[in-house]
Amino acid sequence: MSLALLVQALPADQAADAPHTLSFLLVGAWVLLLAIFMGVELISKVPPTLHTPLMSGSNAISGITIVGALYCAGTGYPLLGQVMGFCAIAMAMINVVGGFLVTDRMLRMFGTKKPAPKTREPGS
Amino acid sequence: MTPLALLGSTGVELVYMGSALLFILGLKLLSRVKTARTANRWAALGMALAIGGTLFLVGRVEAWVLLGGAALGSVVGVLLALRTPMTSMPEMVGFLNGMGGAASACVALGDLANFSQDRPGLTLASGPTGAEYALAVGLSLLIGAVTFSGSLLAYFKLSGRLQRTRLGPIGSQALNAVLGLACLGLVAWAGFVAEGGDTILSGHLAIVALALLLGLGLVVPIGGADMPVVISLLNSYSGMAASATGFVLQNNLLIVAGTLVGASGIILTKIMCKAMNRSLANVLFANFAEQAASQKDTGYTGVKSASPEEAAPVLAAASSVIICPGYGMAVAQAQHKVRELAQLLEKKGIGVRYAIHPVAGRMPGHMNVLLAEADVPYDRLFDLDQINGDFQNTDVVIVIGANDVCNPAAIEDPKSPIAGMPVLSVWEARTVFVIKRSLASGYAGIKNPLFERENTLMCFGDAKAYLEQLVAELKST
Repeated sequence: MSLALLVQALPADQAADAPHTLSFLLVGAWVLLLAIFMGVELISKVPPTLHTPLMSGSNAISGITIVGALYCAGTGYPLLGQVMGFCAIAMAMINVVGGFLVTDRMLRMFGTKKPAPKTREPGS
Repeated sequence: MTPLALLGSTGVELVYMGSALLFILGLKLLSRVKTARTANRWAALGMALAIGGTLFLVGRVEAWVLLGGAALGSVVGVLLALRTPMTSMPEMVGFLNGMGGAASACVALGDLANFSQDRPGLTLASGPTGAEYALAVGLSLLIGAVTFSGSLLAYFKLSGRLQRTRLGPIGSQALNAVLGLACLGLVAWAGFVAEGGDTILSGHLAIVALALLLGLGLVVPIGGADMPVVISLLNSYSGMAASATGFVLQNNLLIVAGTLVGASGIILTKIMCKAMNRSLANVLFANFAEQAASQKDTGYTGVKSASPEEAAPVLAAASSVIICPGYGMAVAQAQHKVRELAQLLEKKGIGVRYAIHPVAGRMPGHMNVLLAEADVPYDRLFDLDQINGDFQNTDVVIVIGANDVCNPAAIEDPKSPIAGMPVLSVWEARTVFVIKRSLASGYAGIKNPLFERENTLMCFGDAKAYLEQLVAELKST
């Protein structure tokens, strides 16, 4: 089905609300498609030495779902939404705080020394 | 009203765009060790921007939820980040994978609860947007719940608290297939067939329950040596869960950030599979341990061993040494002693390098982090491809706690379960020392003919204790 057909398939009231918007599924699919290729390009260039920090760092980034949790826990929503929001904020925060901190702790170990100080040591 | 608030949804979108840009730049800077720390800070800044922007521009968050949740999560996060020893990094990453998946599933479920309350009487499945929404919630719950239970199980397996490959009926491929199909069926049903908020919600709760079981079933059968693959794959799932939640909330930032994580996990998974010469399907479904057991080793003949006193002069006479570490080094916490030995050898003018197999350890890059912790310069660490041609010109190779990654059977025995796996050809060196507790087989459970080679000397004992004696011996000569 072409894009035009899908847009036409939207119910009339919706089309009136937003005359020239595509359904979010399609917009999101575009974003997803481009993000996949960008992600593959970026990650392929990370050297194997950094693969563990890459994983803990990406744990932290997957904590981005905390943004969703903030929407979810809005005032005036039912208790289930807020309880879920609480759990999501707590767990996502573990990822964000724990992920970035532990990654920094690891990268500090990679960083503190100059590339190869041993070669400059006296050979005695 | 503040000028910022006047910007409304456009302002939020711009902030999110900035945040996505910082994540992307962060990953780009991770391509070099020198810029890696900056990379992490940029990504953290991106996260702060996203959270801050949401709070200030959208914010009408219930205070107890926000403060309580953030405080609890931060305390646990800080404790984990500061207390976890580097040897336990795979467990920590496994745990964080699970938290990410669960958080995304909670958001999807919470949003569903809010959404059906906002518009009572709404038939979610009516019209394309309703179906899209219900589908997105279903997928988000499915991926999130599988990630959560699978990751927690992986965490228990990695920390050695659970060794079983079955939990009653859970773990059989037949049950997994049924659960998987049932989950997908429910996702489709909730999206296209079910009518009414409550019906759809109960369908989604059923997805959560089945997906939790499925997560356990997928991880239970997988053995220790395949853990790097599973950890990477679950890492990817936690990103995909965030991405699916982005579709639920119609939020592009979640889609982009989640997809970056998803891509990262998938690439690492691919690297790990290639390093074991196995397909992902083979890792997940073939039950390698049973295959290997049919090839039980027939015992070793002609094994020679060397005490530290015997090994020291051989090392002292060498001009080039390659150290090949494995998970055993991590278990023995021997990385600092390794560094001490290397330093001592270098003082004597002997060149020391490290050969790192992609699946050495329990997660991608595990050995690199442990050696970095012991202050080994990262430019002395070489990948399989970089160093494999150099073994023939090397005097001494020291294998520490590694087994399957330097098993010549992978090349020489086409019937071996690991045939075709790229291995470090340590046996090409003049002398090979293998520091190991015993002749027991590695995680692949197969015999290693390296131990019988003419030029191999087994150094039996705890890696740390053996290296300590070796260092003392070298110092006295």
